[in-house]
Amino acid sequence: MTDATELRLRTEEFLAAHPPASTDRGDFLKARFDAGLAWVHYPEGLGGLGAPRSLQAVVDAELEAAGAPDNDPRRIGIGLGMAAPTVLGFGTEEQKRRFLRPLWTGEEVWCQLFSEPGAGSDLAALGTRAVRDEASGDWIVNGQKVWTSSAHSARWAILIARTDPEQPKHRGITYFVCDMTDPGVDVRPLRQITGEAEFNEVFLTDVRIPDAHRLGAVGEGWKVAQTTLMNERVSIGGMRIPREGGMIGPVAKAWRERPELRTHDLHQRLMKLWVDAEVARLTGERLRQQLVAGQPGPEGSGMKLGFARLNQEISGLEVELLGEEGLLYDDWTMRRPELVDFTGREAGYRYLRSKGNSIEGGTSEVLLNIVAERVLGLPSEPRTDKDVAWKDLAR
Amino acid sequence: MTDLLYSEEEEALRSAVRDLLTDRCDAAAVLARAETDTPHDRELWKALAEGMGLAGLLVPEELGGQGATHREAAVVLEELGRAVAPTPYLTSAVVATEALLACEGPEATELLAALAAGRTVGALAVSLATAPGAPFNGVRHEEVGDQGGALHGELTGIADAVGADVLLVPAGGGLFAVHTAQDGVTVTPRTSLDLTRPLATVTFEGARARALTQDADAAVRRALRAGAALLASEQLGVAEWCLTETVRYTKERHQFNRPVGSFQALKHRLAQLWLEVVGTRAAARAAADALATGSADTDLTSALAQAYASPVAVRAAEEAVQLHGGIGMTWEHPVHLYLKRAKADSIAYGTAGAHREALAGLVELPAP
Ligand SMILES: Cc1cc2nc3c(=O)[nH]c(=O)nc-3n(C[C@H](O)[C@H](O)[C@H](O)COP(=O)(O)OP(=O)(O)OC[C@H]3O[C@@H](n4cnc5c(N)ncnc54)[C@H](O)[C@@H]3O)c2cc1C
Repeated sequence: MTDATELRLRTEEFLAAHPPASTDRGDFLKARFDAGLAWVHYPEGLGGLGAPRSLQAVVDAELEAAGAPDNDPRRIGIGLGMAAPTVLGFGTEEQKRRFLRPLWTGEEVWCQLFSEPGAGSDLAALGTRAVRDEASGDWIVNGQKVWTSSAHSARWAILIARTDPEQPKHRGITYFVCDMTDPGVDVRPLRQITGEAEFNEVFLTDVRIPDAHRLGAVGEGWKVAQTTLMNERVSIGGMRIPREGGMIGPVAKAWRERPELRTHDLHQRLMKLWVDAEVARLTGERLRQQLVAGQPGPEGSGMKLGFARLNQEISGLEVELLGEEGLLYDDWTMRRPELVDFTGREAGYRYLRSKGNSIEGGTSEVLLNIVAERVLGLPSEPRTDKDVAWKDLAR
Repeated sequence: MTDLLYSEEEEALRSAVRDLLTDRCDAAAVLARAETDTPHDRELWKALAEGMGLAGLLVPEELGGQGATHREAAVVLEELGRAVAPTPYLTSAVVATEALLACEGPEATELLAALAAGRTVGALAVSLATAPGAPFNGVRHEEVGDQGGALHGELTGIADAVGADVLLVPAGGGLFAVHTAQDGVTVTPRTSLDLTRPLATVTFEGARARALTQDADAAVRRALRAGAALLASEQLGVAEWCLTETVRYTKERHQFNRPVGSFQALKHRLAQLWLEVVGTRAAARAAADALATGSADTDLTSALAQAYASPVAVRAAEEAVQLHGGIGMTWEHPVHLYLKRAKADSIAYGTAGAHREALAGLVELPAP
């Protein structure tokens, strides 16, 4: 089933059987998953129909028009954007059935236990250990993770840990699904620049992970993590938005509604950023069209880079544009937000939060290296860390 | 000839201030204080103002001050910027003081002496976002017989009004002194982007006021110009801290089996930033020296310094956050205090754009 007309019909039938106005939100979402209308490109039985990814837009438009509830992607972003494609790509049938449905409906929130105090950009240097307990076959995990967004509301985590320190760093890593309710998991808020604690430190002490919660083969975790990281970048940078749908929106609105803020200087800068924002949007759109046409391009690697730079420049301009109001902030109180919101709240918040856009999910410096090496084919920097056993690396 | 260097005395002053700030104003303390109801460090202020006599640098000796110049005040501000120190130095010892220096009469003289001694903290009740030549708001003045009268109205965006003893308030074309600890004055703190320089809204409901001058315009312009010019030195301090600290961190932080500072992508950026900090120092010194010598170039150099220093300080702080990686996004690490100060400073006393516009007029490169 690949046809837009057919899919539209199917969505209409679904809506008739589950009228949004009279159906419980949870029931609606579960039924939508079961009908294969969650992510149409996933296989049947796993929330999809094996249809081209681009057709999701058809379903979404129908549902939106009918006022259907959504699964609040902002709250479950890590699950949707990163855990799901990884589970789909590397999970066993059993894992896919167990994890994907509650992930998609939002019943279960996910977080990502990747970064460590000593391993950020160089993620493969991580030191959290997972040791096999021969008797039970379980893995016993010890270590510390950091900058973990949403760990405080998460039910599950994707986790990478070192299972063989004798191997070079990329080869001794294994990928797991970690139960955040395990008594060995200690989540502590880590307050950030905006005042709130969106991310956490996570201490792992004798956390027991059954072997059935391993994703991919032992020692193959880096390969699995590549899928996660690639999807992370796409999901951060690849949102489909209308014209002025991103950060430029509030600035354009302020400009139109408040002539007293206008100066020639700001006007020039605003127009430059407006052009950049619109071109970035079109680049994303073009990338999507290429995908549909079966010609995936390397532009995807650049989307997150562009998104970060734009968000930062536009929100920086916005604070300046607002002048006296830009000198104010809405609220520094330490809170633990349920959802990760880049554009919410006020100009000052946007300015500060967007500083994270060029760090989370891989820094812009590291992504630029990737573009230079993988897209342009430029030689990489000399490396001294590739063939040395992890345990012998300088840290 | 403009003297762009530091004298020996200025260097000595710098090390004295730096020593004090190292002892009394570490980042953890600044951060802890920022979250309390007393945003200013009163003890630190006492040590700087009364102990070292810094509040009176710009006030002539015969009026109770130190009779120094803007060059010394600029050095103090560099150090205060480097420490994001929560003190009202710029607003009281520079801006309010300059406004009073433009006034005549016993009222102004008395207040100047009090400010110079550091016992009294003053603040100019003009929005921090106001550029030196820009229009500013005042409140309504009502004659009630005595030398001053009473004020009615509200003013917003007033830096360091929280903690000030006296406000210098424009009203009906004149400038008035209003003591904050009296009926009819309400100082309402707002939540500021810069945690170390609090803003407030002040309201007057028949507040008793004493007249300082009939020409508020001249006093406010002079005050804002000095504020803008010397702010560049604070911005220099902010930028320098960000550069130094980031260089230190990237030398120590290892990823991929080597210090991240060894990646050329980072090296060039830090080198570029260094160039801009060098430029900021020259621009800030020129502005301070022009003020100190009463040069005809004062308007030009202060607009130049602001047009250059504001974006450099912001960029230095933004680069510092970025090059620290995740740790730069945390509340515990002090770099966010510098980012917030730098960003607020870029609006204070006029944005770079406003100053470029002023320059365009001054150097006869008018807009089309
Ligand atoms: C808001 C936010 C949310 C996050 N959420 C999560 C999460 O949910 N789960 C999780 O696991 N992690 C999360 N992270 C962590 C994030 O992935 C790391 O912070 C990031 O990978 C950078 O690592 P680091 O902080 O150790 O910085 P470092 O790697 O120490 O980088 C320091 C500086 O060096 C630069 N650098 C490093 N290597 C190179 C190189 N080869 N060439 C040039 N420059 C280089 C970096 O770009 C950076 O500027 C989050 C981070 C932020 C800010």
